[in-house]
Amino acid sequence: MQEEEENSRRSFLKAGLITGAAAIAAGVIGCNSDTKPPGSLTGKKVPLLDSAGNLIYVDEGQIPVHTNFKGITNEESRKGIPGKKFVMVIDLAKCDGCGKCTEACNKMHFLPKEKEWIQVLEMQDAPKEAPYFFPKPCFHCDDPPCTKVCPVDATFKREDGIVSVDIDRCIGCRFCMAACPYSVRVFNWTEPVKPDIIEETPSMERAFQSKKGCVEKCDFCSHMSRVDELPACVTGCPMDAIYFGDENEDAVTNKSGQTEKLSQMLEDRAAYRFMEELGTKPRVYYLPPVNRLYPKPNMNDAKS
Amino acid sequence: MHFKTENNTAASINLEMESDVLKSITYTSAKGKLWIALLLLIFIAGIIAYGIQLKNGLIVTSMRNYVSWGLYISMFIFFIGISHVGALMSSILRLTGAEWRFPITRMAEAITFSSLLFAGIMPILDMGRPDRILFLFTHGRIQSPILWDIIAIATYFVGSTIYLYLPMIPDIAMLRDKLNHASRWRKKLYRILSVGWKGTEVQKQLLEKCMNIMTAIILPVAITVHTVVAWLLAMTLRTGWNSTVLGPYFVSAAIMSGAAAVLIAMAVFRKAYHLEKYITIVHFKNLSLLLFVLTLIYAYFNLNEYGVPAYKMERAESEYLNELFYGAHAPLYWSVQILGLLVPLILLAFKRIRNSIGWIVFVSSLIVIGAMVKRYIIVIPTMLHPFVPIQNAPIGYGSYFPSVVEWLVTLGALAGFILVYTLFSKLFPIITLWETSDAIKDKGAEIVGVDSRVSSPVSI
Ligand code: SF4
Ligand code: SF4
Repeated sequence: MQEEEENSRRSFLKAGLITGAAAIAAGVIGCNSDTKPPGSLTGKKVPLLDSAGNLIYVDEGQIPVHTNFKGITNEESRKGIPGKKFVMVIDLAKCDGCGKCTEACNKMHFLPKEKEWIQVLEMQDAPKEAPYFFPKPCFHCDDPPCTKVCPVDATFKREDGIVSVDIDRCIGCRFCMAACPYSVRVFNWTEPVKPDIIEETPSMERAFQSKKGCVEKCDFCSHMSRVDELPACVTGCPMDAIYFGDENEDAVTNKSGQTEKLSQMLEDRAAYRFMEELGTKPRVYYLPPVNRLYPKPNMNDAKS
Repeated sequence: MHFKTENNTAASINLEMESDVLKSITYTSAKGKLWIALLLLIFIAGIIAYGIQLKNGLIVTSMRNYVSWGLYISMFIFFIGISHVGALMSSILRLTGAEWRFPITRMAEAITFSSLLFAGIMPILDMGRPDRILFLFTHGRIQSPILWDIIAIATYFVGSTIYLYLPMIPDIAMLRDKLNHASRWRKKLYRILSVGWKGTEVQKQLLEKCMNIMTAIILPVAITVHTVVAWLLAMTLRTGWNSTVLGPYFVSAAIMSGAAAVLIAMAVFRKAYHLEKYITIVHFKNLSLLLFVLTLIYAYFNLNEYGVPAYKMERAESEYLNELFYGAHAPLYWSVQILGLLVPLILLAFKRIRNSIGWIVFVSSLIVIGAMVKRYIIVIPTMLHPFVPIQNAPIGYGSYFPSVVEWLVTLGALAGFILVYTLFSKLFPIITLWETSDAIKDKGAEIVGVDSRVSSPVSI
């Protein structure tokens, strides 16, 4: 039992082949706490990036081999991480629109430039109102219009709050794209470029989730949550604007590790959810853009 | 005047009509052959284009993440729309006892058959993973409007095909018995399809009974079909689709465009197959009057669909409506509303227009093309106006104009639709012979609308 628990907490990638995939290699080195100790030397060198960004060659045997959560079945992955209720808080007063969250996300999920799972928009609700930057991931709605319409249960709500897409199930009808009121979902119009990695987890819990003819979107980095790590956008945000956590624990954390009491934060900062009137019940909260310390967006630059 | 003898109720067929109509089956003019070849060519081009799409993915279309549905889905709705003509003929006209319907019922129901065939194909052409189509059955979720669509369309297809087929049985039996020089496969086809029809009293009663049942079933099914197709859009929160009248609005458009389509078909067949005696101005007059009423109903729904939100101008709606009324889609929108609705409405109000086949064909073409473009206007501008503004979109993401592949596939589907329809008329009589001649016998040529010179029925 204990053993199994331990295993499932172990990391997420079976990084057998990392040739050239520097990004993922950096990720692998980064999460040392949950990995198996390196095995014996094999004599085969693998290129990696070290923390300073230099390309180094390391013996394959020295790379922490991720045992994967072999125990995770497709069913478990459809159910979600037991006992969790993931939630995100985005502090618009801190977001300066740098777009680093998008960059980190694209790196994590091997997305080309034209795909953005988290988009940073420039918003202004009325001409005299304050413009602000608006990072928009999938809201993982509690009443998601997208999952309602899926004809084959390829996109569904998990018990941990995450709305997942099963790219081994999706038939590419794009009804969910029409149904999502927030233009969150992206489609694989063409064959995606596959990274050189092997992931053996069910498709919903992989870093790379692109498949020709299928829909994909932000998955709250469920593979990171499996190993108690923060999503890429959170750790990628230099402004500490994105918080992620568990509603059941009533705690959210940002890049610097500041952990806040969720309920308190939402109350004190008068949090709101985007377009509440649509009744989708997003799991992403926004803190209004008051007292900003950086220049506001120039709305004339924003292309509509 | 007619008289019935005990034994000849079986098949009393007007011999002259029979030979006139059979000519279209036994003989194909050079023009006709050219027509079929042309359609076949376009159809094949469509198939090739689809092959390219399969190979490269939907990247070859102009659809992108914002406009994720385009021409294919618009055409799907269009095909579903004109398929409603069958229900109009076989249910509405039958229930109201319009005897003049007989010479044109089969033309109408064959449109239903052919258009539903292609309506069913369009969403498959639009799918990203057509290889997983069976998931719809193995993993289908009844909560999804797509499943409602599949069930409704399949039911309607089966139902209307039965409805097309039932009254064909006696005619097919006649072909079986009379076309002695037909090729072997044809003879076999007729023999199988005529299911041993001998025209006995029992068989006739059974047939009548089946048709009565189908009449009752087909109308609600047809209305359901277009309603759930409308719900495909209306069940989303998107501006322009999020409307409670979308279902009835689509149904009204459907029946109208279907009626217009059959008017065009009537004129074409009349001319191409020399059926002037059987499809007369009476049919055009009656049906175009009906078309006028249907257009009025459609106009009423348009007023509701656009007028009501335009009065309120709620924020998101106002952006969308401004785009339609004054923005980039305004030329298309106003052309459709004026040429596809207002002009036909005004023209059809005049008796002079309704008395001229040429004018009727013109007006009907306006309506059919209008209906086609209108589906486009319903689908695309909404997709270009999401709640979240489109910003920094990659090139080609913020606008939509169908690509060459999309045009080819769509034209291929259209050509396929007309091709199936044409081939149908080459295999089976395009006029229901026994029903028409029975009706002439019972009610007289005048009421059925055929030329009164068509000699009174002869019993065989
Ligand atoms: S934001 Fe869109 S894609 Fe995400 S759960 Fe809500 S409706 Fe679905
Ligand atoms: S595109 Fe895929 S995930 Fe979306 S509704 Fe269709 S089958 Fe479901």
